This record gives sequence, structure tokens and C-alpha cells, in this order.
Amino acid sequence: MKVPLSRVAFARSGDKGDTANVGVIALVPEAYEHLVSQVTPERVKAHFAGVCRGDVERFELPNLSALNFLLHESLGGGGTVSLMLDAQGKTFGAGILALEVEVPEAVVAVCDRVVAGEIPGRPPGEE
Amino acid sequence: MAGRIVRVASGQGFWGDWQEAPKLQVRSGDIDYLMLDYLAEITMSILQKQRVKNPAAGYARDFVPLMLDLAPELVEGGVRVVTNAGGVNPAACRDALVAGLADVATARPLRIAIVTGDDLMERLGDLLDAGHELRNMETGAPLSDIRERVYSANAYIGMEPILEALERGADIIVTGRSTDTALTYGPLVHEFGWALDDWDRIAAGVVAGHINECGAQAAGGNTLFDWEGVDLEVPGYPIIEATADGTFVVTKHPGLGGRVTWSSVTEQLVYEMGDPADYITPDCVADFGTVRVADLGGDRVRVSGVTGGPRTDLLKVSIAYHDGFKATGSLTYAGPDALAKARRADEVLRARLDRAGWAFDEVRTEFVGAGACLGLEPGPSAADLPEVGLRVGVRAPDRAPVEAFTREIAPLILAGPPSVTGFAGGRPRVQEVMAYWPALIDRTAVESELRVEVSDA
Repeated sequence: MKVPLSRVAFARSGDKGDTANVGVIALVPEAYEHLVSQVTPERVKAHFAGVCRGDVERFELPNLSALNFLLHESLGGGGTVSLMLDAQGKTFGAGILALEVEVPEAVVAVCDRVVAGEIPGRPPGEE
Repeated sequence: MAGRIVRVASGQGFWGDWQEAPKLQVRSGDIDYLMLDYLAEITMSILQKQRVKNPAAGYARDFVPLMLDLAPELVEGGVRVVTNAGGVNPAACRDALVAGLADVATARPLRIAIVTGDDLMERLGDLLDAGHELRNMETGAPLSDIRERVYSANAYIGMEPILEALERGADIIVTGRSTDTALTYGPLVHEFGWALDDWDRIAAGVVAGHINECGAQAAGGNTLFDWEGVDLEVPGYPIIEATADGTFVVTKHPGLGGRVTWSSVTEQLVYEMGDPADYITPDCVADFGTVRVADLGGDRVRVSGVTGGPRTDLLKVSIAYHDGFKATGSLTYAGPDALAKARRADEVLRARLDRAGWAFDEVRTEFVGAGACLGLEPGPSAADLPEVGLRVGVRAPDRAPVEAFTREIAPLILAGPPSVTGFAGGRPRVQEVMAYWPALIDRTAVESELRVEVSDA
């Protein structure tokens, strides 16, 4: 089923010069493979078209069920040069969670229970 | 848990962080070390600016009263402090601390160490003459292109001076541009006697440092997952409980707010991350692709499995240089048609600046409330917004056009579109732009000048 990324993942973002980093973390390990197949650099670049002028790089962290994206040339020059309201990309983490992904219903159901507080979320390696 | 535990508590994540946090770390339970990180990329240039105006300034001023407040308890509890509060002037920070401590009764004198030699500003000419080009890591341009505009230049230094200071019995260690993570792993290497080439254990310390260096961010602050469920009124900042094998538990003092879970720790692990397999520090290259996280419950998260590789022959240098001027002005437009009014105001403003013949490197307009954070094109629903913030920023090589811009905001209130408010702050301030120039340098050129000075107060 098609859901916003916020149903199956959470995120945090930060800056390094003119590059923003966005880390996306699966709520449960079984959601991770769907992040890998769906949240591609091309889609992230398109999602952030309003700010991202450069390339998007992606790194996989299966050990954390996480993906790390580097959005180059996305902070208006970065640091004190930037005129942007969000010159440090602080809000990009929340922003990426609006991206739509196709995830099996059973996995979404587990994630929904995590968000509802019925069961805890999990890093890889935990039952 | 097997073996001795060393506790390194995080008390500040940046200059301007919550002043209560380090006090709560010392007063709410047992810790061995308190690490206080004050420096970000732009902080050094701000401190340098202060030092130019006043030779006794240039360090994080908040740090001194904090230490005077905590000094008796540091002695009593055997808590040692490691901080980069020294900024561009660790000696002045030490002098202020020594002067203040003269009036504070402690069970024994405190031993204070400062680390100097990371500041390359005075040596820049010599270094360039000796063939260190300090090329910009991103553009490849040599530093000579902007040499006259350089404001501050500091090498990111590692743990070795911190280790020396700890060996010499320092209670409070004040450094300049120590890398943030070294403030946590320096104490661990000292306590456990890890070899300087025990890359896996040092890498584990780097991961611990990365978790500690942003204060509350690892313990429920600025944490997205279940943010409504976290008590943030009096948050406990993170504490690393490390063991000699390089594994550690992230926790916080019981009884304080905040929350340490696998999710809060994992969010912090990916914060400001580049290539996870290539996390370069002065003392090793850590591989964040090997970090294992396990939630033990009760605000305890175990971190293990970290591996690392040898340190490189280079140190990173953080250089700030003057790069023109900028200013940002804001006004708020109320509906109906809030966005349309804000757009019209932007057109009027730009037309007036054009008419006066001012030119800028960049003029940026954002409509706050209508997608400014992500640069989104406002959709049809934006027409119904009850209010919209107009935020316009300009940047230019000279002060004059920026100054002119700051005078054109207020006139929009009477001579612009209607329903405008939110101009309480007065005319926008002209800011000097400090651009950032990251470079690399042969580590021996820096390390030969590093010094540790110890004094009792």
C-alpha cells in the first residue's frame, strides 16, 4: 500500500557546509528493505527540488536500519553565507517523511502499532 | 556488566545551550567526567571577532561562572571537566577562571590545564611560505585567493594534549578547537589505558563522543520519533557509561526528564553524518556501519561492535574569512489573501531597490507559513492562509547596498500592501558574512606547536 514515509520511518537532519544530511530510520527492521528499494537518491532529489541544487548521495546502514542522504548544494551556500530560513537543513528530516512509499500492508500494520505505542520500535538484531 | 565503568556526562552541545544542564549532570547522580562542547564551525569566527575588540575575550564566557558555581562539588565528587570553551583564547579563559576561583572555597586547589597550538592565525604566513597551500577541500582553490580576508584559522586537534593534561592531574581541561568527540573519548582512553593505535576501541570512543556532543539531542531533545511523549521541561542530558572493552551504555540520570531509547540514540548517530564508513577524526577513522544498538529499557541503550581504522596524516583546518555583508528583513501579512499581499510587497521592495540602482549577489524571498523551510511552491490551499511571513534576505560584497535594503523594509508598512504587522524589532541589522573554508594540513605542522600548560587555583 502507498503511505507517507512517516508511517514506517523517522528521521533527523543536519548540515556540513552547503551540504545537508538527512538520516532516515526504519521503525522496525522489516521496513528497511522497502526504504532501500523506494527511497532512492533520484526521488529524494525530486522531493527537495525547491532547495537541492546539487547531487544526492545515499549510504546504506543496515546495522541501524537507516539510510543516510547527502544533499549537496542545498543550503544556499551554508553557514553564515546562506540567506535561507533553514540554513542548516534542520527541518529536512521532518520534510522527507512526506515522501510516498509502497510498503506491504503487514509491515505498515506493525509500524502503526509502534506509532500507537502498543509495541516498541526496534533496531536490527532485536526480536 | 563486567569490569570498571567510567561515566562521561554531556553538559553542553553548543555555545548558548541550557545552562542548567551541566549543573544537573553534576548534582543528580554519579559521574566521572563532564564534557562541555561549545564550538561550531561559525563559533570560532564569532569568538575571533570578540578577541580582536578585546584581547581578554575570545572564549565561551558562560563557562567561567558555571565552573565557579560547580567548583566545590567537582572537588568533592571527583568530577573532571573537559571542554573546548577556550575558543580562540584558552589562556584568557584560564586567567578568568583562576581569578574567579580565588573567591571560591574548595576542599583543595583545582588544577587547570589549557591546550594551545591549534590556532594557526598567527602562523598562517609561515605555513603558506613553507608550502602548506591549505586548499579548499570543496573547491580546490588555494588559500592565497582569500588570504587577506581570513578571520580565523584553527586546526581540529585530537586527544593527545587531553591525555597529557589528564596524566598531569588536571581537574579542568580547557582547549581551543579540539574535535568535539575527543572531549569524550580522551577521558576513556586515559582511564582504560587504550593504546593510541587500538583503532576499534578509539572508534568506539568516537561514537560515544558523537552521541554526547550535541547535548540533549541523544536523550529526547529535538527527537522526532514520538516527540509528544518526551518530558522536556527538565531534561537529563546523555551520559556514556563505558567499559574497557569499548562497549558502552548511553543513559541519563533517573529523575530528570528526557528519554534515552534506541530511537533517540539512532537519530543522533545519523546526525551530521557523511559517509558512515569514513568518519574521520584526528585519532582514527571510525566506521559507523558497524555500530550495533540495543535498547535495554529504563533509559539505557547499549552500543557495541564499533570498528575503526588508522588515523590519517592530515588534520582538518577550519578557516573563516570575510565574504561581504548580508541582512534579513521580515514582515507579517494577514488574510484574506495573505500570500498575495506578501508577494506584492516583495515585488514593491525589489522594484524600489532596482530603481535606486542597488545590485546584490543574491536576493532571496521566502514566504513563511507557505513552505519556506523546504522551498516548496505554495499550493492552492496557501490562498486561504490566515497570515504569511514575508522574509527577504540580501547579500552583497559591500555594505552600502545591504544598508540601503535595511532602510526599505519599514516604508512597506505605510507605502505597501495592506494588513501588515510584525515590525517590532526595528530596522534589520547588517551582518558581516563569515564564509567557511575547510582545508587539510600535514598534522606534524600543527602537532609540533601543541602545548599543555597546567596551573593550580
